Amino acid sequence: MAQRVAVVGFGQTHHKSNRGDVTGIELINEAVRRALEDAELGPGDIDAVVIGNMDHFENINLADMWGVEGTGGYLKPVMKLTTGGTTGTTVAIAGYYHVASSLFDVVLAVGWEKNSESDTTGGTITAFDPVWERFSFPGALPGLALDAVVYMQKYGVTEKDGARVAVRDRANAARNPYAHLRDPITVDDVLRSPMLSYPIKLLDICPRSDGAAALILAGEEKARKICRQPAWIWSVSVCHNYTYTSDVNFGYLDTLEQACRETYKKAGIKDPGKEIDVIEMYQPCSFAGLSWLEAMGFCGPGEAPGLLWDGATDAGGDLPVNPSGGVLNANPIGATGTIRVGEVARQIQGRAGACQVPEVKTGLATGFGGCYWSDVLLLGNRPR
Amino acid sequence: MSLKAPPELIVFQQMADVPYNWSLGREGSLFLIALRDEKKFLGIKCPSCGKVYVPPRKVCGPCFTANSQWVEVGDEGVVTAFSVVNYRFTDPATGLPREVPYTFAFVRLDGADTKLCHKLAETDPARLKVGMRVKAVFAEQRTGNIEKDVIHFRAVQA
Repeated sequence: MAQRVAVVGFGQTHHKSNRGDVTGIELINEAVRRALEDAELGPGDIDAVVIGNMDHFENINLADMWGVEGTGGYLKPVMKLTTGGTTGTTVAIAGYYHVASSLFDVVLAVGWEKNSESDTTGGTITAFDPVWERFSFPGALPGLALDAVVYMQKYGVTEKDGARVAVRDRANAARNPYAHLRDPITVDDVLRSPMLSYPIKLLDICPRSDGAAALILAGEEKARKICRQPAWIWSVSVCHNYTYTSDVNFGYLDTLEQACRETYKKAGIKDPGKEIDVIEMYQPCSFAGLSWLEAMGFCGPGEAPGLLWDGATDAGGDLPVNPSGGVLNANPIGATGTIRVGEVARQIQGRAGACQVPEVKTGLATGFGGCYWSDVLLLGNRPR
Repeated sequence: MSLKAPPELIVFQQMADVPYNWSLGREGSLFLIALRDEKKFLGIKCPSCGKVYVPPRKVCGPCFTANSQWVEVGDEGVVTAFSVVNYRFTDPATGLPREVPYTFAFVRLDGADTKLCHKLAETDPARLKVGMRVKAVFAEQRTGNIEKDVIHFRAVQA
Protein backbone atom coordinates (compact mmCIF):
# COMPACT_ATOMS: atom_id res chain seq x y z
CA MET A 1 0.00 0.00 0.00
CA ALA A 2 2.55 2.56 1.09
CA GLN A 3 4.53 4.51 -1.49
CA ARG A 4 7.54 6.82 -1.50
CA VAL A 5 6.79 10.55 -1.66
CA ALA A 6 8.64 13.50 -3.20
CA VAL A 7 8.30 17.27 -3.36
CA VAL A 8 7.75 18.02 -7.05
CA GLY A 9 6.65 21.65 -6.89
CA PHE A 10 7.14 24.67 -4.65
CA GLY A 11 5.91 28.24 -4.79
CA GLN A 12 6.10 31.17 -2.40
CA THR A 13 5.13 34.82 -2.37
CA HIS A 14 7.60 37.67 -2.04
CA HIS A 15 7.21 38.09 1.73
CA LYS A 16 6.63 41.58 3.09
CA SER A 17 5.54 43.31 6.26
CA ASN A 18 2.17 44.24 4.75
CA ARG A 19 0.46 43.00 1.61
CA GLY A 20 -2.48 45.41 1.78
CA ASP A 21 -2.83 45.00 -1.99
CA VAL A 22 -4.28 41.48 -1.64
CA THR A 23 -6.74 39.61 0.56
CA GLY A 24 -5.62 36.43 2.32
CA ILE A 25 -7.34 34.36 -0.37
CA GLU A 26 -5.44 36.19 -3.11
CA LEU A 27 -2.18 35.76 -1.22
CA ILE A 28 -2.79 31.99 -1.02
CA ASN A 29 -3.55 31.97 -4.73
CA GLU A 30 -0.22 33.62 -5.60
CA ALA A 31 1.73 30.84 -3.89
CA VAL A 32 -0.47 28.05 -5.27
CA ARG A 33 -0.14 29.34 -8.85
CA ARG A 34 3.64 29.51 -8.48
CA ALA A 35 3.75 25.92 -7.14
CA LEU A 36 1.55 24.65 -9.99
CA GLU A 37 3.70 26.48 -12.56
CA ASP A 38 6.82 25.04 -10.95
CA ALA A 39 5.47 21.49 -11.33
CA GLU A 40 3.86 22.28 -14.71
CA LEU A 41 0.51 21.06 -13.39
CA GLY A 42 -3.01 22.47 -13.36
CA PRO A 43 -5.58 22.46 -10.56
CA GLY A 44 -7.19 19.38 -12.16
CA ASP A 45 -4.04 17.37 -11.40
CA ILE A 46 -4.39 17.88 -7.64
CA ASP A 47 -6.15 15.06 -5.74
CA ALA A 48 -6.42 16.73 -2.33
CA VAL A 49 -5.49 19.94 -0.49
CA VAL A 50 -4.10 20.46 3.01
CA ILE A 51 -4.11 24.07 4.23
CA GLY A 52 -3.18 25.79 7.47
CA ASN A 53 -2.65 29.12 9.21
CA MET A 54 -2.63 30.39 12.78
CA ASP A 55 -6.37 30.98 12.78
CA HIS A 56 -6.26 33.28 15.80
CA PHE A 57 -4.02 35.72 13.89
CA GLU A 58 -6.49 36.62 11.15
CA ASN A 59 -9.59 35.42 13.00
CA ILE A 60 -10.24 33.27 9.91
CA ASN A 61 -11.22 29.99 11.50
CA LEU A 62 -12.16 27.89 8.48
CA ALA A 63 -9.31 28.51 6.05
CA ASP A 64 -10.23 25.28 4.23
CA MET A 65 -13.64 26.69 3.27
CA TRP A 66 -12.67 30.34 2.99
CA GLY A 67 -9.52 29.66 0.96
CA VAL A 68 -11.02 27.47 -1.80
CA GLU A 69 -10.76 30.15 -4.47
CA GLY A 70 -7.12 30.56 -3.56
CA THR A 71 -6.19 26.88 -3.41
CA GLY A 72 -8.27 25.57 -6.31
CA GLY A 73 -9.81 23.07 -3.90
CA TYR A 74 -13.32 23.39 -5.39
CA LEU A 75 -15.11 20.00 -5.07
CA LYS A 76 -11.93 18.35 -3.78
CA PRO A 77 -11.08 16.90 -0.36
CA VAL A 78 -9.68 19.88 1.57
CA MET A 79 -8.38 19.53 5.10
CA LYS A 80 -7.44 22.37 7.43
CA LEU A 81 -4.74 21.83 10.04
CA THR A 82 -3.38 24.27 12.56
CA THR A 83 -0.70 23.47 15.12
CA GLY A 84 0.72 26.87 15.97
CA GLY A 85 4.20 27.68 14.69
CA THR A 86 4.53 24.16 13.29
CA THR A 87 1.48 24.66 11.06
CA GLY A 88 3.67 25.05 7.96
CA THR A 89 5.48 21.78 8.56
CA THR A 90 2.27 20.08 9.70
CA VAL A 91 0.61 20.72 6.32
CA ALA A 92 3.72 19.32 4.58
CA ILE A 93 3.77 16.26 6.84
CA ALA A 94 0.01 15.69 6.46
CA GLY A 95 0.45 15.95 2.68
CA TYR A 96 3.20 13.37 2.97
CA TYR A 97 0.90 11.07 5.00
CA HIS A 98 -1.86 11.47 2.36
CA VAL A 99 0.45 10.42 -0.48
CA ALA A 100 2.47 7.83 1.46
CA SER A 101 -0.79 6.03 2.27
CA SER A 102 -1.40 5.64 -1.51
CA LEU A 103 -4.93 6.98 -1.03
CA PHE A 104 -3.86 10.10 -2.96
CA ASP A 105 -1.16 10.56 -5.62
CA VAL A 106 -0.75 14.33 -5.90
CA VAL A 107 -1.42 16.60 -2.92
CA LEU A 108 -1.15 20.36 -2.52
CA ALA A 109 0.01 21.58 0.91
CA VAL A 110 -0.47 25.28 1.65
CA GLY A 111 0.64 27.44 4.57
CA TRP A 112 -0.21 31.14 4.77
CA GLU A 113 -0.37 34.11 7.12
CA LYS A 114 -1.29 37.76 7.01
CA ASN A 115 0.42 38.86 10.19
CA SER A 116 -0.32 42.48 9.32
CA GLU A 117 -4.01 41.88 10.06
CA SER A 118 -3.74 41.61 13.85
CA ASP A 119 -1.45 41.95 16.86
CA THR A 120 0.64 38.78 16.52
CA THR A 121 1.61 38.73 20.20
CA GLY A 122 -2.00 39.22 21.31
CA GLY A 123 -3.03 36.36 19.01
CA THR A 124 -0.21 34.10 20.19
CA ILE A 125 -1.22 34.55 23.83
CA THR A 126 -4.65 33.04 23.06
CA ALA A 127 -2.91 29.73 22.28
CA PHE A 128 -2.06 29.34 25.98
CA ASP A 129 -4.08 28.49 29.05
CA PRO A 130 -6.66 31.23 29.63
CA VAL A 131 -6.62 30.99 33.43
CA TRP A 132 -3.12 30.03 34.49
CA GLU A 133 -0.85 31.48 31.84
CA ARG A 134 -2.26 34.23 29.62
CA PHE A 135 -2.08 37.04 32.20
CA SER A 136 1.70 36.78 32.51
CA PHE A 137 2.73 34.97 29.32
CA PRO A 138 3.78 37.65 26.85
CA GLY A 139 3.74 35.70 23.58
CA ALA A 140 6.43 33.97 21.61
CA LEU A 141 9.21 36.50 22.03
CA PRO A 142 9.79 36.40 25.81
CA GLY A 143 9.20 32.63 25.75
CA LEU A 144 12.22 32.40 23.46
CA ALA A 145 14.03 34.87 25.68
CA LEU A 146 13.60 32.51 28.66
CA ASP A 147 15.06 29.69 26.62
CA ALA A 148 18.04 31.89 25.69
CA VAL A 149 18.61 33.11 29.27
CA VAL A 150 18.85 29.58 30.64
CA TYR A 151 21.14 28.42 27.81
CA MET A 152 23.42 31.47 28.05
CA GLN A 153 23.80 31.21 31.81
CA LYS A 154 24.57 27.48 31.60
CA TYR A 155 27.33 27.67 28.96
CA GLY A 156 28.59 31.27 29.19
CA VAL A 157 27.10 32.09 25.79
CA THR A 158 26.95 35.84 25.06
CA GLU A 159 24.67 38.29 23.27
CA LYS A 160 27.47 38.63 20.69
CA ASP A 161 27.18 34.90 19.86
CA GLY A 162 23.48 35.39 19.15
CA ALA A 163 24.24 38.45 17.05
CA ARG A 164 26.61 36.43 14.85
CA VAL A 165 23.70 34.07 13.98
CA ALA A 166 21.53 37.03 12.92
CA VAL A 167 24.38 38.44 10.80
CA ARG A 168 24.83 35.10 9.02
CA ASP A 169 21.15 34.73 8.24
CA ARG A 170 20.82 38.29 6.97
CA ALA A 171 23.84 37.83 4.68
CA ASN A 172 22.05 34.79 3.23
CA ALA A 173 18.73 36.64 2.93
CA ALA A 174 20.43 39.33 0.86
CA ARG A 175 20.72 36.67 -1.87
CA ASN A 176 17.07 35.54 -1.59
CA PRO A 177 14.58 37.61 -3.63
CA TYR A 178 11.64 36.20 -1.60
CA ALA A 179 13.01 37.27 1.81
CA HIS A 180 11.27 40.06 3.70
CA LEU A 181 14.47 41.59 5.21
CA ARG A 182 17.52 41.75 2.91
CA ASP A 183 19.82 44.60 3.97
CA PRO A 184 23.09 43.24 5.41
CA ILE A 185 23.74 43.89 9.13
CA THR A 186 26.77 43.71 11.45
CA VAL A 187 27.25 42.24 14.93
CA ASP A 188 27.31 45.83 16.26
CA ASP A 189 24.00 46.62 14.54
CA VAL A 190 22.40 43.66 16.34
CA LEU A 191 23.92 44.54 19.72
CA ARG A 192 22.79 48.17 19.39
CA SER A 193 19.23 47.37 18.26
CA PRO A 194 16.45 48.06 20.81
CA MET A 195 16.14 45.56 23.67
CA LEU A 196 12.70 43.96 23.36
CA SER A 197 12.87 41.25 26.00
CA TYR A 198 16.25 40.52 27.55
CA PRO A 199 18.42 39.13 25.91
CA ILE A 200 16.46 39.43 22.65
CA LYS A 201 16.88 42.64 20.70
CA LEU A 202 15.05 43.77 17.58
CA LEU A 203 17.60 42.21 15.20
CA ASP A 204 17.71 38.90 17.16
CA ILE A 205 14.05 38.11 16.46
CA CYS A 206 11.99 37.13 13.41
CA PRO A 207 9.76 39.72 11.76
CA ARG A 208 5.99 39.47 11.24
CA SER A 209 5.44 38.88 7.53
CA ASP A 210 2.56 38.53 5.12
CA GLY A 211 3.13 35.56 2.85
CA ALA A 212 2.10 32.13 1.63
CA ALA A 213 3.88 29.00 0.43
CA ALA A 214 2.68 25.87 -1.35
CA LEU A 215 4.22 22.46 -1.90
CA ILE A 216 3.14 19.79 -4.37
CA LEU A 217 3.81 16.27 -3.13
CA ALA A 218 3.58 13.23 -5.40
CA GLY A 219 3.86 9.46 -5.14
CA GLU A 220 6.86 7.67 -6.61
CA GLU A 221 5.53 6.94 -10.11
CA LYS A 222 3.89 10.35 -10.60
CA ALA A 223 6.89 12.16 -9.15
CA ARG A 224 9.25 10.77 -11.79
CA LYS A 225 6.84 11.84 -14.56
CA ILE A 226 6.27 15.35 -13.16
CA CYS A 227 9.80 16.24 -12.18
CA ARG A 228 13.34 15.61 -13.46
CA GLN A 229 14.81 15.79 -9.95
CA PRO A 230 12.19 15.17 -7.29
CA ALA A 231 13.20 15.97 -3.69
CA TRP A 232 12.38 12.71 -1.91
CA ILE A 233 11.07 12.76 1.64
CA TRP A 234 13.07 10.14 3.52
CA SER A 235 11.52 10.40 6.93
CA VAL A 236 9.46 12.71 9.13
CA SER A 237 8.89 12.97 12.88
CA VAL A 238 6.56 15.00 15.04
CA CYS A 239 7.12 15.46 18.75
CA HIS A 240 4.72 17.36 20.97
CA ASN A 241 5.06 17.77 24.71
CA TYR A 242 2.98 19.64 27.29
CA THR A 243 -0.14 21.71 27.73
CA TYR A 244 1.54 24.34 29.91
CA THR A 245 4.60 26.41 29.01
CA SER A 246 5.59 26.26 32.65
CA ASP A 247 6.22 22.50 32.26
CA VAL A 248 8.75 23.02 29.45
CA ASN A 249 12.41 22.29 30.05
CA PHE A 250 13.74 25.73 29.06
CA GLY A 251 17.30 25.97 27.79
CA TYR A 252 17.15 22.71 25.85
CA LEU A 253 14.57 21.82 23.19
CA ASP A 254 14.07 18.16 24.03
CA THR A 255 11.23 17.77 21.50
CA LEU A 256 13.66 18.70 18.71
CA GLU A 257 16.24 16.27 20.03
CA GLN A 258 13.72 13.43 20.07
CA ALA A 259 12.19 14.27 16.67
CA CYS A 260 15.67 14.42 15.08
CA ARG A 261 16.79 11.20 16.73
CA GLU A 262 13.68 9.43 15.38
CA THR A 263 14.05 10.94 11.91
CA TYR A 264 17.73 9.95 11.63
CA LYS A 265 16.94 6.43 12.81
CA LYS A 266 14.13 5.95 10.29
CA ALA A 267 16.44 7.06 7.46
CA GLY A 268 19.53 5.18 8.72
CA ILE A 269 21.51 8.38 9.44
CA LYS A 270 24.28 7.65 11.94
CA ASP A 271 26.40 10.80 11.83
CA PRO A 272 24.10 13.74 11.00
CA GLY A 273 27.00 16.24 10.83
CA LYS A 274 28.61 14.25 8.01
CA GLU A 275 25.52 12.87 6.28
CA ILE A 276 23.31 15.99 6.14
CA ASP A 277 24.37 18.66 3.65
CA VAL A 278 22.04 21.57 4.42
CA ILE A 279 19.66 22.66 7.19
CA GLU A 280 16.68 24.99 6.98
CA MET A 281 15.58 25.30 10.58
CA TYR A 282 12.59 27.05 12.09
CA GLN A 283 14.79 29.43 14.05
CA PRO A 284 12.56 32.18 15.42
CA CYS A 285 15.36 33.98 17.28
CA SER A 286 19.13 34.13 16.91
CA PHE A 287 19.88 32.20 20.12
CA ALA A 288 17.75 29.27 18.95
CA GLY A 289 20.30 28.92 16.13
CA LEU A 290 22.81 27.83 18.79
CA SER A 291 21.16 25.62 21.40
CA TRP A 292 18.82 23.97 18.90
CA LEU A 293 21.75 22.97 16.67
CA GLU A 294 22.98 21.06 19.72
CA ALA A 295 19.56 19.43 20.21
CA MET A 296 19.69 18.37 16.54
CA GLY A 297 22.89 16.42 17.23
CA PHE A 298 25.28 18.50 15.12
CA CYS A 299 27.55 19.24 18.10
CA GLY A 300 27.72 18.70 21.84
CA PRO A 301 26.11 20.86 24.56
CA GLY A 302 27.58 24.38 24.61
CA GLU A 303 29.60 23.78 21.43
CA ALA A 304 27.38 25.60 18.90
CA PRO A 305 29.06 29.03 19.30
CA GLY A 306 32.36 27.40 18.29
CA LEU A 307 30.82 26.00 15.08
CA LEU A 308 29.26 29.36 14.36
CA TRP A 309 32.41 31.50 14.75
CA ASP A 310 34.43 28.95 12.74
CA GLY A 311 32.07 29.68 9.85
CA ALA A 312 30.88 26.06 9.62
CA THR A 313 27.22 27.13 9.46
CA ASP A 314 27.78 29.89 6.87
CA ALA A 315 26.60 29.32 3.29
CA GLY A 316 30.16 28.34 2.31
CA GLY A 317 30.77 26.16 5.40
CA ASP A 318 30.59 22.42 6.01
CA LEU A 319 27.15 22.61 7.62
CA PRO A 320 25.22 25.44 5.94
CA VAL A 321 22.28 26.58 8.08
CA ASN A 322 19.44 28.67 6.61
CA PRO A 323 20.98 29.51 3.21
CA SER A 324 17.65 31.17 2.34
CA GLY A 325 18.12 33.65 5.19
CA GLY A 326 15.68 31.68 7.29
CA VAL A 327 12.92 32.70 9.65
CA LEU A 328 14.78 35.76 11.00
CA ASN A 329 14.29 37.35 7.59
CA ALA A 330 10.84 36.14 6.50
CA ASN A 331 8.17 34.87 8.87
CA PRO A 332 4.63 34.50 7.49
CA ILE A 333 4.04 32.15 10.41
CA GLY A 334 1.61 29.55 8.98
CA ALA A 335 3.83 29.38 5.87
CA THR A 336 7.19 29.53 7.68
CA GLY A 337 7.54 25.75 8.08
CA THR A 338 6.30 25.13 4.52
CA ILE A 339 9.04 27.45 3.27
CA ARG A 340 11.69 25.44 5.17
CA VAL A 341 10.61 22.26 3.34
CA GLY A 342 10.40 24.07 -0.01
CA GLU A 343 13.85 25.62 0.41
CA VAL A 344 15.43 22.25 1.26
CA ALA A 345 13.70 20.74 -1.81
CA ARG A 346 15.11 23.55 -3.98
CA GLN A 347 18.62 22.91 -2.58
CA ILE A 348 18.33 19.19 -3.36
CA GLN A 349 17.08 19.96 -6.86
CA GLY A 350 20.04 22.33 -7.39
CA ARG A 351 17.55 25.11 -8.13
CA ALA A 352 18.07 27.45 -5.17
CA GLY A 353 19.56 30.19 -7.38
CA ALA A 354 21.91 32.57 -5.59
CA CYS A 355 21.16 30.72 -2.30
CA GLN A 356 22.38 27.37 -3.67
CA VAL A 357 25.06 25.64 -1.57
CA PRO A 358 27.30 23.05 -3.25
CA GLU A 359 26.65 19.31 -3.48
CA VAL A 360 23.39 18.87 -1.61
CA LYS A 361 22.27 15.26 -1.45
CA THR A 362 20.37 15.44 1.83
CA GLY A 363 18.73 18.26 3.73
CA LEU A 364 16.87 18.74 6.98
CA ALA A 365 13.84 21.00 7.49
CA THR A 366 12.41 21.70 10.94
CA GLY A 367 9.27 23.24 12.39
CA PHE A 368 8.82 24.77 15.83
CA GLY A 369 5.71 25.89 17.61
CA GLY A 370 3.04 25.50 20.22
CA CYS A 371 4.33 24.59 23.60
CA TYR A 372 7.93 24.10 22.43
CA TRP A 373 7.24 21.21 20.12
CA SER A 374 9.05 20.16 16.97
CA ASP A 375 8.53 18.74 13.49
CA VAL A 376 11.41 17.38 11.39
CA LEU A 377 11.57 16.32 7.72
CA LEU A 378 14.61 14.74 6.11
CA LEU A 379 14.84 14.95 2.32
CA GLY A 380 17.24 13.41 -0.19
CA ASN A 381 18.08 13.40 -3.89
CA ARG A 382 17.07 9.77 -4.47
CA PRO A 383 14.27 7.56 -3.16
CA ARG A 384 14.98 5.76 0.08
CA MET B 1 -11.98 55.62 -12.65
CA SER B 2 -9.11 53.37 -13.64
CA LEU B 3 -9.73 49.74 -12.74
CA LYS B 4 -6.00 49.02 -12.47
CA ALA B 5 -4.62 51.04 -9.57
CA PRO B 6 -6.84 52.05 -6.64
CA PRO B 7 -5.96 55.52 -5.31
CA GLU B 8 -5.86 53.99 -1.82
CA LEU B 9 -6.01 50.50 -0.25
CA ILE B 10 -8.94 50.07 2.10
CA VAL B 11 -8.67 48.10 5.35
CA PHE B 12 -11.77 46.98 7.25
CA GLN B 13 -11.24 47.30 11.00
CA GLN B 14 -13.09 45.50 13.77
CA MET B 15 -12.41 45.82 17.48
CA ALA B 16 -13.46 42.36 18.66
CA ASP B 17 -15.22 42.03 22.00
CA VAL B 18 -16.18 38.39 22.50
CA PRO B 19 -16.73 37.41 26.16
CA TYR B 20 -15.67 33.94 27.35
CA ASN B 21 -16.30 31.90 30.53
CA TRP B 22 -13.62 29.32 31.26
CA SER B 23 -14.25 26.54 33.80
CA LEU B 24 -11.59 25.80 36.41
CA GLY B 25 -12.91 22.32 37.23
CA ARG B 26 -12.78 20.76 40.70
CA GLU B 27 -8.98 20.75 41.12
CA GLY B 28 -8.52 24.30 39.86
CA SER B 29 -11.35 25.52 42.09
CA LEU B 30 -9.91 23.86 45.22
CA PHE B 31 -6.50 25.41 44.51
CA LEU B 32 -7.90 28.92 44.06
CA ILE B 33 -10.15 28.66 47.13
CA ALA B 34 -7.14 27.72 49.32
CA LEU B 35 -5.17 30.60 47.80
CA ARG B 36 -8.03 33.05 48.32
CA ASP B 37 -9.10 32.02 51.83
CA GLU B 38 -5.84 30.80 53.42
CA LYS B 39 -3.02 32.24 51.28
CA LYS B 40 -1.88 28.65 50.70
CA PHE B 41 -0.56 27.01 47.55
CA LEU B 42 -1.74 23.44 47.00
CA GLY B 43 -0.14 20.90 44.72
CA ILE B 44 -1.44 17.59 43.45
CA LYS B 45 0.74 14.48 43.23
CA CYS B 46 0.86 11.87 40.46
CA PRO B 47 0.53 8.41 42.06
CA SER B 48 2.67 6.93 39.30
CA CYS B 49 5.76 9.20 38.89
CA GLY B 50 5.36 11.21 42.12
CA LYS B 51 5.50 14.56 40.34
CA VAL B 52 3.79 17.38 42.30
CA TYR B 53 1.84 19.68 40.00
CA VAL B 54 1.29 23.38 40.77
CA PRO B 55 -1.15 24.58 39.55
CA PRO B 56 -2.97 21.28 40.02
CA ARG B 57 -4.44 19.28 37.21
CA LYS B 58 -6.42 16.10 37.10
CA VAL B 59 -4.16 14.12 34.80
CA CYS B 60 -0.38 13.66 34.69
CA GLY B 61 0.30 14.04 30.95
CA PRO B 62 3.39 11.81 30.63
CA CYS B 63 1.93 9.00 32.84
CA PHE B 64 -1.69 9.54 31.73
CA THR B 65 -2.89 8.63 35.23
CA ALA B 66 -5.31 10.52 37.47
CA ASN B 67 -3.66 12.69 40.13
CA SER B 68 -5.28 12.27 43.52
CA GLN B 69 -3.15 13.24 46.51
CA TRP B 70 -3.13 16.89 47.61
CA VAL B 71 -0.01 18.36 49.22
CA GLU B 72 0.66 21.85 50.52
CA VAL B 73 3.66 23.57 48.92
CA GLY B 74 5.52 26.71 50.01
CA ASP B 75 4.80 30.31 49.07
CA GLU B 76 8.54 30.65 48.37
CA GLY B 77 10.44 29.09 45.52
CA VAL B 78 13.12 29.36 42.85
CA VAL B 79 13.07 31.28 39.56
CA THR B 80 13.75 28.76 36.78
CA ALA B 81 13.53 31.20 33.84
CA PHE B 82 12.66 34.86 33.31
CA SER B 83 12.53 37.68 30.80
CA VAL B 84 11.88 41.40 31.20
CA VAL B 85 9.21 42.43 28.69
CA ASN B 86 9.86 45.87 27.21
CA TYR B 87 7.72 45.97 24.09
CA ARG B 88 4.06 46.88 23.84
CA PHE B 89 1.37 44.52 22.64
CA THR B 90 -2.38 44.05 22.86
CA ASP B 91 -3.56 41.97 25.78
CA PRO B 92 -6.21 39.65 24.32
CA ALA B 93 -8.02 39.61 27.70
CA THR B 94 -8.75 43.34 27.55
CA GLY B 95 -8.08 44.47 23.98
CA LEU B 96 -5.83 47.16 25.52
CA PRO B 97 -2.01 47.42 25.58
CA ARG B 98 -0.51 45.40 28.44
CA GLU B 99 1.55 47.55 30.79
CA VAL B 100 5.33 47.23 30.32
CA PRO B 101 7.97 46.75 31.50
CA TYR B 102 7.19 43.69 33.58
CA THR B 103 9.11 40.54 34.37
CA PHE B 104 7.60 37.30 33.21
CA ALA B 105 8.95 34.26 35.07
CA PHE B 106 8.50 30.64 35.97
CA VAL B 107 8.74 29.90 39.70
CA ARG B 108 9.15 26.43 41.16
CA LEU B 109 7.56 26.64 44.60
CA ASP B 110 9.21 24.65 47.39
CA GLY B 111 7.77 21.15 47.31
CA ALA B 112 6.49 21.42 43.72
CA ASP B 113 7.99 19.79 40.64
CA THR B 114 6.34 21.98 38.01
CA LYS B 115 6.63 25.71 37.66
CA LEU B 116 4.07 28.44 38.18
CA CYS B 117 3.81 31.02 35.40
CA HIS B 118 3.78 34.48 37.03
CA LYS B 119 5.47 37.88 37.37
CA LEU B 120 8.43 39.18 39.38
CA ALA B 121 8.59 42.57 41.11
CA GLU B 122 12.15 43.25 39.86
CA THR B 123 12.46 44.58 36.27
CA ASP B 124 16.24 45.16 36.07
CA PRO B 125 17.82 42.15 34.25
CA ALA B 126 21.11 42.83 36.11
CA ARG B 127 19.36 42.00 39.40
CA LEU B 128 17.70 38.84 38.13
CA LYS B 129 19.17 35.36 37.96
CA VAL B 130 17.98 31.86 37.20
CA GLY B 131 18.04 30.10 40.57
CA MET B 132 17.23 33.17 42.70
CA ARG B 133 14.77 32.66 45.57
CA VAL B 134 11.47 34.52 45.55
CA LYS B 135 8.33 34.77 47.70
CA ALA B 136 4.70 35.38 46.76
CA VAL B 137 3.23 38.79 47.54
CA PHE B 138 -0.50 38.36 48.22
CA ALA B 139 -3.22 40.93 47.56
CA GLU B 140 -5.23 42.19 50.56
CA GLN B 141 -8.53 41.49 48.81
CA ARG B 142 -8.53 38.10 47.11
CA THR B 143 -11.18 36.78 44.74
CA GLY B 144 -9.90 33.38 43.55
CA ASN B 145 -7.83 34.67 40.64
CA ILE B 146 -4.19 33.60 40.17
CA GLU B 147 -3.28 36.87 38.45
CA LYS B 148 -4.72 39.21 41.05
CA ASP B 149 -4.56 37.25 44.34
CA VAL B 150 -0.78 36.93 43.92
CA ILE B 151 0.43 40.38 42.85
CA HIS B 152 3.89 39.09 41.94
CA PHE B 153 6.90 37.32 43.47
CA ARG B 154 9.69 39.34 45.08
CA ALA B 155 13.31 38.43 45.78
CA VAL B 156 14.11 36.84 49.16
CA GLN B 157 17.37 38.09 50.68
CA ALA B 158 19.67 35.12 51.34
